[in-house]
Amino acid sequence: MTADADPARGRDALSAAALFAVDPQALGGVAIRALAGPVRDQWLALLRGWLPPGQPWRRVPLNIADGRLLGGLDLSATLSAGRPIAERGLLAESHGGVLLLAMAERLSAGTIARLAAVLDDGELRLARDGIAATVPARVAVIALDEGIEADEGLAAPLLDRLAFRLDLDGLRRLDLAALGIEVESLATARARLAQVELPQAVIAALAATAEQLGIASLRAIWLATRAARAAAALDGREVVTDADGAIAARLVLAPRATRLPAAEPPPDSDQAPPPDETASADAPPPPPPERDASNEDDAPPLDPDQPLQDLLLAAATAAIPPGLLAQLKAGAQAGKARAAGKSGALQKAAARGRPAGSRRGEPRAGQRLALIDTLRAAAPWQRLRQAELDARGGAPSPQTLSQGERSLPSASVPRVLVRREDFHITRLEQRRETTTLFVVDASGSSALNRLAEAKGAVELLLADCYVRRDRVAVIGFRGASAELLLPPTRSLVRAKRSLAGLPGGGGTPLATALDAATELADAIRRRGETPGIVLLTDGRANIGRDGKPGRAQAEADASAAARRLAAAGHATLFVDTSPRAQPAAAKLAAELRALYLPLPFADARSLSAAVKAVHATGRERG
Amino acid sequence: MPLPFPFSAIVGQEEMKLALLIAAVEPAIGGVMVFGDRGTGKSTAVRALAALLPPMEAVIGCPYHCAPDDGSDACKASLDRLGSAKKKTHKVPVPVVDLPLGATEDRVVGALDLEKALAQGIKAFEPGLLARANRGFLYVDELNLLEDHLVDLLIDVAASGENVVEREGLSIRHPARFVLVGSGNPEEGELRPQLLDRFGLSVEVSTPADLQARISVVRRRDAFERDRAAFIAEWKAEDDKVRRRIVAARKRLPDVQVPDAVLERAAELCLALGTDGLRGELTLMRAARALAALDGDAVVGDAHLKRIAAPSLRHRLRRNPLDDAGSTSRVERAVGQLFGA
Repeated sequence: MTADADPARGRDALSAAALFAVDPQALGGVAIRALAGPVRDQWLALLRGWLPPGQPWRRVPLNIADGRLLGGLDLSATLSAGRPIAERGLLAESHGGVLLLAMAERLSAGTIARLAAVLDDGELRLARDGIAATVPARVAVIALDEGIEADEGLAAPLLDRLAFRLDLDGLRRLDLAALGIEVESLATARARLAQVELPQAVIAALAATAEQLGIASLRAIWLATRAARAAAALDGREVVTDADGAIAARLVLAPRATRLPAAEPPPDSDQAPPPDETASADAPPPPPPERDASNEDDAPPLDPDQPLQDLLLAAATAAIPPGLLAQLKAGAQAGKARAAGKSGALQKAAARGRPAGSRRGEPRAGQRLALIDTLRAAAPWQRLRQAELDARGGAPSPQTLSQGERSLPSASVPRVLVRREDFHITRLEQRRETTTLFVVDASGSSALNRLAEAKGAVELLLADCYVRRDRVAVIGFRGASAELLLPPTRSLVRAKRSLAGLPGGGGTPLATALDAATELADAIRRRGETPGIVLLTDGRANIGRDGKPGRAQAEADASAAARRLAAAGHATLFVDTSPRAQPAAAKLAAELRALYLPLPFADARSLSAAVKAVHATGRERG
Repeated sequence: MPLPFPFSAIVGQEEMKLALLIAAVEPAIGGVMVFGDRGTGKSTAVRALAALLPPMEAVIGCPYHCAPDDGSDACKASLDRLGSAKKKTHKVPVPVVDLPLGATEDRVVGALDLEKALAQGIKAFEPGLLARANRGFLYVDELNLLEDHLVDLLIDVAASGENVVEREGLSIRHPARFVLVGSGNPEEGELRPQLLDRFGLSVEVSTPADLQARISVVRRRDAFERDRAAFIAEWKAEDDKVRRRIVAARKRLPDVQVPDAVLERAAELCLALGTDGLRGELTLMRAARALAALDGDAVVGDAHLKRIAAPSLRHRLRRNPLDDAGSTSRVERAVGQLFGA
């Protein structure tokens, strides 16, 4: 087998697995970005072999219900026992073990928050179905992130709590011999872990490294200290050394970097005090804000030795993938941008929704029995019904009893008598999210006319979206291309900023813009949300689909694109930004089957009303 | 319950700590909302504060741990059932109840006791989290992820101080006076403005940017995890100091004077900022009074008002969603103009 192009990545994956196996719960977990494949399976199998035997290793399905995840009332046991019996959820069952999250990039925000709470507390606070309990649940999480696009990925709250991030994509196999870890050494490391000393200097150096790399989260530093400890234990030492710190910096801090350390190392790190952050650690430390306590734990004067910090920083920097390096150099806030688009799991299929209480009724096709509420309704009548049953000689009469009772073994007297009138069904509330997609013309003709006014109009509309809690996306087009300035977001401030930063000038590639809008609107609809398009342009297309100028071709392309958009059935509002309403624009609006609103007449109120109308049609069509 | 992290060992986050202390001194302030990044010690601070508060006198056997002199009907009814003729009291720690995500409504408001109903056929009320939180704190992490109907319910109960249960043939009302402490991360969903306005104070926390502070956070946490008991013992003196400060402030609170001039200032400030309703002025005044009590001052002055203006008002501003300038800076600007002149 040929060697991998990037052997360091494979080695890192193995050392992360080894460190994780030493102290899984303290390290939180591992996020693995890779498609399902042999390397991921190999890594998982390997890790499973390294973990102490007998520890739970449970897979969490993507759309797990709260009842199974957190626990609740065990219905069959409750029915047969005649008293409430709690069911342990997956989290409690996995206490002391590992949870495997499949397709973790698609987890809902709610599930993520539940997991995050358990990871933080090491216990599960449960208040469901008449059960209130605090259950120990020290778990570690392995999140299998199968995202492909840059904006698909694990939600930030969870990512922040997992020590390691691995990218196994493109690796062919893991070379086990490279590391030489044995199961026995892991067991001894685990036993030694409690005695491992963590020198203050290592903490300071890790914190300084995190700062240099632009890592805001304190949890990153914390997890890095845990990793350093595990590394020392694995190496058979009882004091954390610089080398352990370097491993932690490489594995924990480097993947979180949002910026590169100052390109030039501080010219002189021991004498001159440059106003650099690196050096501020070197200078006599300013008193920390809370120094009043005499029993302060960091009372010994802080002296993070510069060489150690440099070492850690070098280790971390070396592990930053070259691609990221290029992006960072270009000044792009890669880490941040990726994190922002990651909430990505707001899907709601048509037959689903948030549970919104229950109502009396029978479970028919597609409706779910609300078991707890059914039981609750039946509970007060048990004595009466039992007496009735006894009076009739113990045999339930088929006329009065429901299927539930009849299906019980006839030999045993049913413990709980449930009748048809007790049945409750879960009400599901479906609220489809609305995403308003702004397609803004920033071409020369528009800029000349009234780009500023168009921007103002968009701001008005944005305020409206805020009131309705819509999400917004912005596509800008000028020159030869249309650009997605802002992927769907709820942050209107970002929307406004992306608009403000939109320069004017260039041709009007209307067809390209319409195609881009159709594509995005389709994607939004696939996610189960309702898209609405607001197009702000003067309608004077002069750049064709191929990016070449030419008014005739451009107009033909634009009208084809408009028909395509209309065929997709997306509700559209066309705000004509030209100084005078013109027939060409009106024709385009007709082809789009859009509401047509010439800007001269578009004051705040009519704009707002128009957007509302668009969303109303969107819901009808969608 | 594992031992909580000591309150005084929390590095920085002065505004959040102050807001929690004010809520502990003056529960009528109406709750604290904490906004902030992940891992900034929001939940740590709330749990730490609870451990710090002096225990309170409560009637033995009362499911709502009522104070002896304030027996509500619900409390009396349940005591009657217990059959205790005379009220006996005991000291109980101030309850801090966590409302976990995924909680169901029946556990929050209380519901039919399923066990009694199934096994004995008795219709009995099983008090929920709201009952347990009476006279204490109700902490909701990630309030913006809580289901809407639960949030509405919480806000309603927190405002009225009473929980009314009408379900499953039960008709019960019981006292539920608690300080609602919510936390949330604005990046993960916004809160409705109506809801925000119900909170007395709103604080923003962020990860400390100062390297030394960051190092101390990690160090203290490391020391805490290695030996909780020793770490707590080390901070006991500091924590005791905070406790004495709270107790003294509570005692002093009724006597703190609010001069008319200060009230006028508060009104002017609210007017300048265009806050809706009177809740802003009221909170500002109460918070300033509690702050004066904490500081050991007998009279509320401008300095108190200034310090408490941002947390009391920043979430009540008529929001312009497109204004990048945060509400904090708007409040500070107004304070500067008013007090600087």
